[in-house]
Amino acid sequence: MRFVFKTRYDQDIDLAKHAGHRFWYALLLVALVAAPWWLESYGLAQLTFILIYGVVGLGLMVLAGYTGLFSIGHAAFLGVGAYTQAVLASHGWPFPLSLAVAGLLSAAVGAVVGLPALRVKGIYLGIATLAFGFIVEEVLARWESVTGGNAGKSVGSVQMFGWTADTGEKFYFVCLVVAVLSTLAVLNLLRSPTGRAFVAIRDSEISAQSMGIHLARYKTLSFAISAALAGIGGALYAHMIRFLSPDQFNIVQSIDLLLMVVIGGLGSVHGAFFGAAFLIGMPQLISEVKEWLPDAIGQAPGLKSFVYGIVLIAFVLFEPLGLYGRWLKVRTWFQLFPFYRRGLFKRQKAFQKSDRLK
Amino acid sequence: MQLLQLIISGIAQGCIYGLIALGFVLIYKATETVSFAQGDLMMLGAFLGLALMTALSFPFWLAVIASIAAMGAFGMAAERVTIRPILGQPAFSIVMLTFGIGYVARGAITMIPGIGTETHVLPVPYKDAVLQFGGLVVNIEQLAVIGATAVLCGLLFALFRYSKVGIAMQASSQNQLAAYYMGIPVQKLNGLVWGLAAAVAAVAGLLLAPITFVHANMGFIGLKAFPAAVVGGFGSLPGAIVGGLVIGLVEALSGFYLPEGFKDVAAYVVVLVMLMVKPNGLFGENLRKKV
Repeated sequence: MRFVFKTRYDQDIDLAKHAGHRFWYALLLVALVAAPWWLESYGLAQLTFILIYGVVGLGLMVLAGYTGLFSIGHAAFLGVGAYTQAVLASHGWPFPLSLAVAGLLSAAVGAVVGLPALRVKGIYLGIATLAFGFIVEEVLARWESVTGGNAGKSVGSVQMFGWTADTGEKFYFVCLVVAVLSTLAVLNLLRSPTGRAFVAIRDSEISAQSMGIHLARYKTLSFAISAALAGIGGALYAHMIRFLSPDQFNIVQSIDLLLMVVIGGLGSVHGAFFGAAFLIGMPQLISEVKEWLPDAIGQAPGLKSFVYGIVLIAFVLFEPLGLYGRWLKVRTWFQLFPFYRRGLFKRQKAFQKSDRLK
Repeated sequence: MQLLQLIISGIAQGCIYGLIALGFVLIYKATETVSFAQGDLMMLGAFLGLALMTALSFPFWLAVIASIAAMGAFGMAAERVTIRPILGQPAFSIVMLTFGIGYVARGAITMIPGIGTETHVLPVPYKDAVLQFGGLVVNIEQLAVIGATAVLCGLLFALFRYSKVGIAMQASSQNQLAAYYMGIPVQKLNGLVWGLAAAVAAVAGLLLAPITFVHANMGFIGLKAFPAAVVGGFGSLPGAIVGGLVIGLVEALSGFYLPEGFKDVAAYVVVLVMLMVKPNGLFGENLRKKV
């Protein structure tokens, strides 16, 4: 058991609560920085994907996990960011500038989508974002002069001020820097009044409103921030995948992103990265296991979505806090050993709140 | 004449959307959750009908009835196994759960070797038959869709109006707790509603199958039924059908009069406009909570 003895008010909002946190996160950072030396190029590429999806997941986490608004069209923001980056990079803009523009443009689009969020909520919002996602996908496919339409658009390497990230290692470092900065930004956001307002809206809109939180402003802000992070992730995605086509940003991608944050653990920053690791690692795991299965099952094309579905159902039923919740339980078990009780994380039975009454 | 032709095909397509939307609305009314698996249930129903007709060579009517009944049972089983344990959790969890069910259904169908990845034709007796009224050519398939939708609407109306179960369902959709206090077995009813929704989805699948084809991704059409449900107002059964017709007509007409590409997004543009202008839909109820 560890007791944190607080002597300053600042300690309440410290990012790292105690020496243990500082040690382990520093170790993680060192391991990540050293990754090109202990991972071969394939593993490094997978790690890069995890970082990219982690950034996108952070965005969705702010929206779904912390503000309680869920979006079934998040791939659209990913697409806006990716195509903006692709177009600007082909015009020779330096990477930091084009990344910022990609994020800002996505944020602007997100704010527009957030507008219906002021009037509708719950499932209606989900459907509004779904509809928006379809429209963006169609625009990407039809606006051929900019996006290249269904024929696709190829994207070059990251370039800035005479430096080119032409190898996997260099690009990995670009992604690592962006991911670390985004994580720090989100962590800081969440401990600021804005982040607290988001959580208040998630827990109860009516009480948040009575406490003087401007619902419209904060919901739009949440959408904008979430879309900006998705756009930044999309910009990195464009450079990673090197070839963009509209069908990469369809409804399936949106659902995958939702699946990622739910399996990672809604309402935790760790969850975004755990979820990304799941999303990237699962196909690998499936292809590993495939060889042990009879051909009729192992070679079937539907295996991946079948497994995803089962895992998703299992998580919602048995581990609603996601991978992060599981990790929390394991950690608590070790911290409290031998005093861990089974009921420690028991879910409270709640009566479902009606959406129909506003 | 061309306009009339367009309108008929729009209505037929709209009936399909309406039928799927009916499933959403049934579930939403009863349990306040939205089932994203509805389209995939439709796909399962179509495949089941196909399997019964071709592999087991059932006669047409028997196959139709058997697959609708089987899907009803499947819906009830799915509710019992996955939805009921997490009743009372946030609606978002249940939405994710239905995504999961959809994934599993699609994956399982695709995994069937030799069948899952192919597209199939459902051998219905009225395949490719046309009726001619003057210059107007009408596919029997489309008429079948319209007719079956009308019959189904009549049946559902009778169920909700005259049968004890239907009235109990209405009561529990208005206020679950109060219904429970009145001795209505709300949980059992929820199971029944899921069964009913799955059966309606199976009907939609069997009707859609002759027009398009039977394949594993046909469930994605269910995503177009969301706009239908929203336009009609999410809590209203007649609204679902009307919304479906609106979406179907808009789609058919925009496909003809507007440039290419508008047909695919017309439904979504309509729903966004609807959400901005009248979020409760055409027939939606507008209730307010007093704090």
